[in-house]
Amino acid sequence: MAALKIKKGSTKHSAYNLRPNFSDVQETHTLAVVVDNEPGVLARVIGLFSGRGYNIESLTVAEIDHTGHQSRITVVTKGTPQVIEQIKTQLGRIVPVHQVNDLTVEGPSVERELGLFKVSGAGDKRVEALRLADIFRANVVDSTLESFVFEITGAPEKIDAFADLMRPLGLIEVARTGVAALSRGSA
Amino acid sequence: MVVQALKDQGVDTVFGYPGGAVLPIYDEIFQQNDIRHILVRHEQGAVHAAEGYARSTGKVGVALVTSGPGATNAVTGLTDALLDSIPIIVLSGQVPTFMIGSDAFQEADTVGITRPCTKHNWLAKDTATLSETIHQAFHVARSGRPGPVLVDIPKDVQFASATYTAPQATNTSNYQPQIRGDIEMINELVEALETAERPVFYTGGGVINSGPKASELLRELVEATGIPITSTLMGLGAYPASGKHWLGMLGMHGLYEANMAMHGCDLMINVGARFDDRITGLIDAFSPKSKKAHIDIDPSSINKVIKTDIPIVGDVASVLDDILKVWKARGRNLNRDGITKWQKQIDEWRKVDCLHFKQEGKVIKPQYALQRLEALTKDKDRYITTEVGQHQMWAAQFLGFEDPNRWMTSGGLGTMGYGFPASIGVQMAHPESLVINVAGEASWLMNMQEMGTAVQFRLPVKQFILNNERLGMVRQWQELLHGERYSHSWSEALPDFVKLAEAFGAKGIYCDNPDDLDDAILEMINHDGPVIFDCLVEKHENCFPMIPSGKPHNEMLLGEASTQGAIEAGGAVLV
Repeated sequence: MAALKIKKGSTKHSAYNLRPNFSDVQETHTLAVVVDNEPGVLARVIGLFSGRGYNIESLTVAEIDHTGHQSRITVVTKGTPQVIEQIKTQLGRIVPVHQVNDLTVEGPSVERELGLFKVSGAGDKRVEALRLADIFRANVVDSTLESFVFEITGAPEKIDAFADLMRPLGLIEVARTGVAALSRGSA
Repeated sequence: MVVQALKDQGVDTVFGYPGGAVLPIYDEIFQQNDIRHILVRHEQGAVHAAEGYARSTGKVGVALVTSGPGATNAVTGLTDALLDSIPIIVLSGQVPTFMIGSDAFQEADTVGITRPCTKHNWLAKDTATLSETIHQAFHVARSGRPGPVLVDIPKDVQFASATYTAPQATNTSNYQPQIRGDIEMINELVEALETAERPVFYTGGGVINSGPKASELLRELVEATGIPITSTLMGLGAYPASGKHWLGMLGMHGLYEANMAMHGCDLMINVGARFDDRITGLIDAFSPKSKKAHIDIDPSSINKVIKTDIPIVGDVASVLDDILKVWKARGRNLNRDGITKWQKQIDEWRKVDCLHFKQEGKVIKPQYALQRLEALTKDKDRYITTEVGQHQMWAAQFLGFEDPNRWMTSGGLGTMGYGFPASIGVQMAHPESLVINVAGEASWLMNMQEMGTAVQFRLPVKQFILNNERLGMVRQWQELLHGERYSHSWSEALPDFVKLAEAFGAKGIYCDNPDDLDDAILEMINHDGPVIFDCLVEKHENCFPMIPSGKPHNEMLLGEASTQGAIEAGGAVLV
């Protein structure tokens, strides 16, 4: 019987290759999960992602209905269509989960994120940062003689673009909230 | 309050082990006579016993453990119940609420530890909602796809008093899984059924979990259509082993005819099974030419592993009932010529006689031991549990199950040490029945302390140990996959099982001669009390048929001669 010859780090003989290849295309989906606001519910949701090897690209969570004890978790995740389906049905199995909506496939939606950017500099760079902030409709929420803190809201791509522009102008710290999303229209 | 809640949920038996953080509940148990408490010798035993009780009755099994080590010892049992979808509830004590988080004596984050191995769990922080929480826990455990739940109860919450909420007044509206299958999908399945040339039923534990009605409907459908039926390890007994259309178990150590039928079918109807990797083998080559229908109460089971053409989410009994109704209403149509030809093909496969073995010489073959056990016990009111390994597979192959809930084995998790405590749980539920645990000596030793429980509560469980002085399945894989380097797969310093039985105050029987076997088995059955039966068997027997890892169903190994180089490097990394 031939000896095992598997190169270190090789995925050639990995069990994961045996996954059915329904489609290999990686898709990014935004899921809105309405849950009972009870202790441990967030741990259940993210434990599902880590335990089953799914990706979390962004995660936001906050209470949305105080009297009804409900929170909304918005998860941006990436995977093949089959994995995305699994994530949705697995989320649906969690007892305190009421509803799982895939905003990416259920019609148009709006996605917004808030970012705070601390930019430090002097002279032309400082002026240019302020000018660009104006173009992006970012607000200055803190200012010293050497620095600004900008507040910007928008789709994640817009915030990415703003970050790219600020980097050469003295960007020293970033905080982002992650995506919150709602479907468009009245339904 | 806890005891009242259990009574109102119809609980008559609790398996448990006391400790500091559950003393108030034990004090209540002491002062009543409605609920029997079975003192186990290890908390893992309590949970497996509750599983055995649940699987043999269809009711929710209950275990009671203390905080810290009590709760962590319950983790294996909870995980086992999760993978096999067994409804059990574990009540664990916890340090008082004001000490949580202080690293108190016997404190563990039980809810955190058991979160991924329960269907749901609760930390009961308030006595006022405790009874409602327990009722909700029972609801979650038994509804939908059943599973284990845990309620962690701090000691101060146990001491405090509050108003009791009855089960009827408990709000369970949050969790209501879908029962009825989608009628359009059911119609589509019936249409496929009417025209299929080579259909096969592939059934699983979901049929058992759905209740006796599901098995009745399944039998009716199979008899009416003549479609051959195979089952997973978990689903044995849903269709009788003596039934005309029974193919035997499928999967890695399943029967040749069952696996060939799965590979060659044109319509596969999965009823409450989950395309486990022990079943599918190489996924890319799994039943390549078939249309696949999948009936499951858990939507996440559908399309998880195998792409399904006709998905039906719902309870097995409800869906089978609808299928029968629709099929009858449409005129009971079938492709009868096709099915007759298909049955003939299957008869050809049956002739391979894949379980064939030869009992010769003075050493007992394990298959022979099980064949004799089957012959001498099959007409009795019998329940079988098993441990995990070769003996488990042989038991599934050589014992026949005529009814559901008669076969308790650890399928998904493969927990060595499951069978003995499970047999205790089964015997508690069925005191007059014959309960046999088919075991290997290595598995059995993992929870042998429960011998004390069996003797104390006079539970006449029969421990039928196929003793090959090896970790047989590990040894088999090392032979086939690791160049016969038998790394740590033999058991040395085994106890004398007869003396061990006597040390516990039970009966021990030793048998190493095929000619004495029948008498010894009869002696075991006729003894009114727990028995350890040490059956010394052939040490190097391998379990066949076997689908090697990474191979499709039609490339089964049928015996020793076919094993040379059968498993390639790609298959060797799989488990």
